[in-house]
Amino acid sequence: MTSLYEEIPPAPPADVPTRRITVTVNGQQRTVEVEPRLLLAHLLRQGLQLTGTHTGCDTTSWGACTVLLDGRPAKSCTVLAVQADGHDVQTVEGMATASELHPIQEGFKQEHGLQCGFCTPGMMLAAKALLERNPNPTEDDVRWALSGNLCRCTGYQNIVKAVLWAAEKMRTQ
Amino acid sequence: MYPARFDYDSPTSLAEAIAILDRSGGEAKVLAGGQSLIPMLKLRFASPERVVDINNIPGLDYHRLDPDGTLRIGALCRHEDLEFSTIVADSHPTLAAAAALVADPIVRTRGTFVGSVCHADPQGDWAATMIALGGKIVAQGPNGRREIDMKDFVLGPFVTALAYNEIAVEAVLPPATGTPRGDYLKLERRVGDFATASVAVALDMVDGKVHRAGCALAGVGGRTIDANEAISVLNGTALTPQDIEAAADAVAAVAEPRTDHRGSADYKRHIVKTFVIRILTRLANAEQKAA
Repeated sequence: MTSLYEEIPPAPPADVPTRRITVTVNGQQRTVEVEPRLLLAHLLRQGLQLTGTHTGCDTTSWGACTVLLDGRPAKSCTVLAVQADGHDVQTVEGMATASELHPIQEGFKQEHGLQCGFCTPGMMLAAKALLERNPNPTEDDVRWALSGNLCRCTGYQNIVKAVLWAAEKMRTQ
Repeated sequence: MYPARFDYDSPTSLAEAIAILDRSGGEAKVLAGGQSLIPMLKLRFASPERVVDINNIPGLDYHRLDPDGTLRIGALCRHEDLEFSTIVADSHPTLAAAAALVADPIVRTRGTFVGSVCHADPQGDWAATMIALGGKIVAQGPNGRREIDMKDFVLGPFVTALAYNEIAVEAVLPPATGTPRGDYLKLERRVGDFATASVAVALDMVDGKVHRAGCALAGVGGRTIDANEAISVLNGTALTPQDIEAAADAVAAVAEPRTDHRGSADYKRHIVKTFVIRILTRLANAEQKAA
């Protein structure tokens, strides 16, 4: 699959040194050879075919490429893949189980927290990091925690509602 | 976008990292949080031959107070460590106020205080707090450590006094001489944008009077504006509305704003004055409540 947003570095010539790294992605250990300049976002999308991590602005503004790196949100277009060596990465693909959506995903569904959906994976992972630190956030807390993620469709109202919905569900589970 | 090719090292000790920098003869860049460096690599504003990642060096992620109240911030202390710190709000309130306004919450999980100061962006929030608080940077090179005053550290936009084989290992903020009070206000069009104007104020209060006042501005000049001398009109005063007005005028006068898409020069100068009044009024109220 290709799109306007795909910018795949050409395969390095044989004389370009690569490094072998092992990253735990959604609980699974993955060992890959990467060029040091490869970005984590590109490793996930092209290397591991996990295209749920979206590359949006590519300039550290949008937050669509947000993943959890050792549990904390990180913009994966602004982390080198080699920096994830030995670390834990969670992407949107790791949120649901085979039979059940994560409460945050359910919240986005219930409260209609998306329109085009492009920013949604980043929103959900930033929300997950928030709820792990603060299971009972106020609306202000949610808006603050998501202020590094941009959405051009929704006006944020339903995204905030979705996160509050999920927080309540997770508290009563 | 992806960076130009570079060689990559991830040393596990400072000595090893400094040896690599030394051997590279100025063609290497140090990678800490990467939230400024990686965008610069991607935009190819920087194309170093080698990137020396210091994230695997243990013991650099601290921030702690010495017994005398000096705050020490290690090279891998992230912005959010300071934002959620339980000690900084009491010891250096100016820093605590700025911590929550640096970039955006996700960038704050990785970006570092020391790295941001070394990036030496004229718009940087931390540089302004360092100037207002009289901070220093500790640089370590092949011949040991030296301390550099913040006012001597930044030589120009994106240029610092660090030698090519030195690493900024720590920022040092002196203790307050009295009760520390301070705040940081920033006007930005949206979270993560550069400041239209921002103001850092740090006061040391003794018996209800200003013992030492510090101030610096970002976004209103081609460099961080050192307004320490301007705000020194507050020294010895009890922060009456007249004192505050005089200080705000003095600080606004040293701003060097330029008209751009974020606003006119007059508008930015007005914001600086408004922010100084707002901060000092808030601090004066807090001081009265405590008395």
